[in-house]
Amino acid sequence: MANRVKVREQDPKVRAKNFDEVCYGYNEEEAVLEATRCLHCKNPKCVEGCPVHINIPQFIEHLKHKEYDKAIETIHLSSSLPAICGRVCPQETQCESKCVLGIKGEPISIGKLERFTADYARENNISEKVDIHTNSKKVAIVGSGPAGLSCATDLAKLGYNVTVFEALHETGGVLTYGIPEFRLPKEKVVKPEVENVKKLGVKIETNVIIGKTISIEDLMHKEGFEAVFIASGAGLPMFMKIPGENSNGVFSANEFLTRANLMKGYRDDYDTPIKVGKKVIVVGGGNVAMDAARTALRLGAETHIVYRRSEKELPARAEEVHHAKEEGIIFDVLCNPIEIIADENDNVKAVKVINMELGEPDDNGRRRPVEVKGSEHNIECDMVIMALGTTPNPMLPKNTKGLNVNSKGCIEHNDETTATSIEGVFVGGDAAIGAATVILAMGAGKKAAIGIDNYLKNK
Amino acid sequence: MFKIIKKSVLGDKLVLFDVEAEKIAQSCLPGQFLIVKIDEKGERIPLTICDYDSKKGIVTIVVQEIGASTKKINSLKEGDCFQDVVGPLGNPSDLIELNDSELKSKNIVFIGGGVGVAPVYPQVKYLSEKGIKCDVILGARNKDMLILEDWFKKLNCNVYSCTDDASYGLKGPVTNVLKMLVEEKNIKYNHCVAIGPAIMMKFVCIMTKDYNIPTIVSMNSIMVDGTGMCGACRLMVGNELKFACIDGPEFDGHKINFDEVMKRQAQYKDEEGRALLKLIEGDTHHGGCGVCGG
Repeated sequence: MANRVKVREQDPKVRAKNFDEVCYGYNEEEAVLEATRCLHCKNPKCVEGCPVHINIPQFIEHLKHKEYDKAIETIHLSSSLPAICGRVCPQETQCESKCVLGIKGEPISIGKLERFTADYARENNISEKVDIHTNSKKVAIVGSGPAGLSCATDLAKLGYNVTVFEALHETGGVLTYGIPEFRLPKEKVVKPEVENVKKLGVKIETNVIIGKTISIEDLMHKEGFEAVFIASGAGLPMFMKIPGENSNGVFSANEFLTRANLMKGYRDDYDTPIKVGKKVIVVGGGNVAMDAARTALRLGAETHIVYRRSEKELPARAEEVHHAKEEGIIFDVLCNPIEIIADENDNVKAVKVINMELGEPDDNGRRRPVEVKGSEHNIECDMVIMALGTTPNPMLPKNTKGLNVNSKGCIEHNDETTATSIEGVFVGGDAAIGAATVILAMGAGKKAAIGIDNYLKNK
Repeated sequence: MFKIIKKSVLGDKLVLFDVEAEKIAQSCLPGQFLIVKIDEKGERIPLTICDYDSKKGIVTIVVQEIGASTKKINSLKEGDCFQDVVGPLGNPSDLIELNDSELKSKNIVFIGGGVGVAPVYPQVKYLSEKGIKCDVILGARNKDMLILEDWFKKLNCNVYSCTDDASYGLKGPVTNVLKMLVEEKNIKYNHCVAIGPAIMMKFVCIMTKDYNIPTIVSMNSIMVDGTGMCGACRLMVGNELKFACIDGPEFDGHKINFDEVMKRQAQYKDEEGRALLKLIEGDTHHGGCGVCGG
């Protein structure tokens, strides 16, 4: 069996100093070659591993025969954002983890093939052919991130009159403010995918905060929306609640990444300021921590990841950790901050950390980190980025009578229909389950579209 | 796009804009703020709402020029547009929650300092329209920076203006006037709202704590999104971590650590100074001389 076709990447030394995309993706020849490795299993496990159930063997079959329009058509039946998902999905734990080829060798590179197909379609202006029978029913979607866009796509294809309301001045949600340019190019990839959604007739209104600018009640009772899908995303950044955390130079990953990605603070021609230290400590081990660290590195800082468990437990995608290391990020694992130390002007000058060791497994089966007594020491730095996750944004529930949340602040919903405690209002993505991935949010958006369609058909 | 209908220069580096923003004008209440962004490359600037007309769909904001972005904004003309205006953000003033008899039981003193006079206006107007009279202290560094006095004088309130340099009204900071009202005129206030520079709010709070007057302050923290995402506006209120954008902007002034607030506000001072110099001097500013730190 042939080996997996290696994907070309920008040299780590070069890319550590620019924001261009790290991975070049397959070219036509490479994609077709990789496609020939697919065994076309009768019972394809990869499809089960995909949260939106793309017919993977079928699109790969089309690729093998260079039928690119058919390949993208197949993907579009299940996914509205393939150029994005091909780049940011954790395929190694989803579709590719189920691939039979992976038992003895390397699984087929499904993510890179999806990316190739979507990029090829975009570059060659192959657009989705859909036959939409419009109805007059209006549906409002709160948030233009992955959950909102995928729900909007499916509802538009079913004929609904869909308007997406976005709180920020740009569309895309986390795809725009959170994930950096070098992993997900905004002009080249995100904007065209959003345009594709608009081509289906979906309207997007930016600068509208549902719950503030207009309430859900007014959307439904004054503006004539018959259903609302809440996809407002993640919210408040978490902090450690350790002494010195409000010192100058301590940022949430959300703030740092938003200043870099959404506001382009690192570019001279943009007005938003961004701070970058000489030595930056990023606390946390998830994808957001990797994104923040790799952004700080590109802005010229010596960058360390401080993580309380061992490397094996890093929740970030293996590929991201691998890329970060190649670029020169230093990993200080089994190490946890206990205090931020500032100078007389309240600027950060060090992080006091304590070494950790792994103890008994916790409820999730991960070994619990335990402090090693007497191992406290300082790591000098002039900037700290907290990448510890987020808690749900309370703004919408607080301003919406009758919208129930659970003890974690997530909006309560029926798992099957995604319906909330208010009739006609549905929820999905991070607002429903807390911080997760782009593809899970997309899956939730699709599920909600079915829920909303059933609700409106039976109303 | 959000069109500027009217522009008036109120004082030194202080400009008032009436902006077309129908949805915001229809939903905002006293105490809330909004975010403007001048163009594609502009910064998101949080500004308090000074007035609003829901019928005409207009919101009024006052912008003080303190850096490159606010300088650019203040150079806009009538007919120009902001690319983005979003809001209303933050919670309305607690006073809005009270019914008329609760409001009538309050003897309120409002204190506005500098550009902080602007967000005081809609609150006093709200009370005035309900026939509730209050005292208002307006302070500024000098006569040129004292704003909106004539607006307040049209409302049902007693206005006491003061300037640090005695160029207009009473002499000295707002705390001098507050002291005079409480100690010499013997007025028994049971509620104070103070909005202005952090240093002013700090000294007002020290004084009102002594007088035992509950005091609400409005925090103009650094923000990016203003919707509870970035965490830049975090501050300690008592022992709790709060976010000015979604928990505030109004808080119990006696629970705020103003020294920490002031240090956090100065966080981007170097970057802002450099940007302003670049805007003023253009390519002649190269940094390196050490004067501006850039």
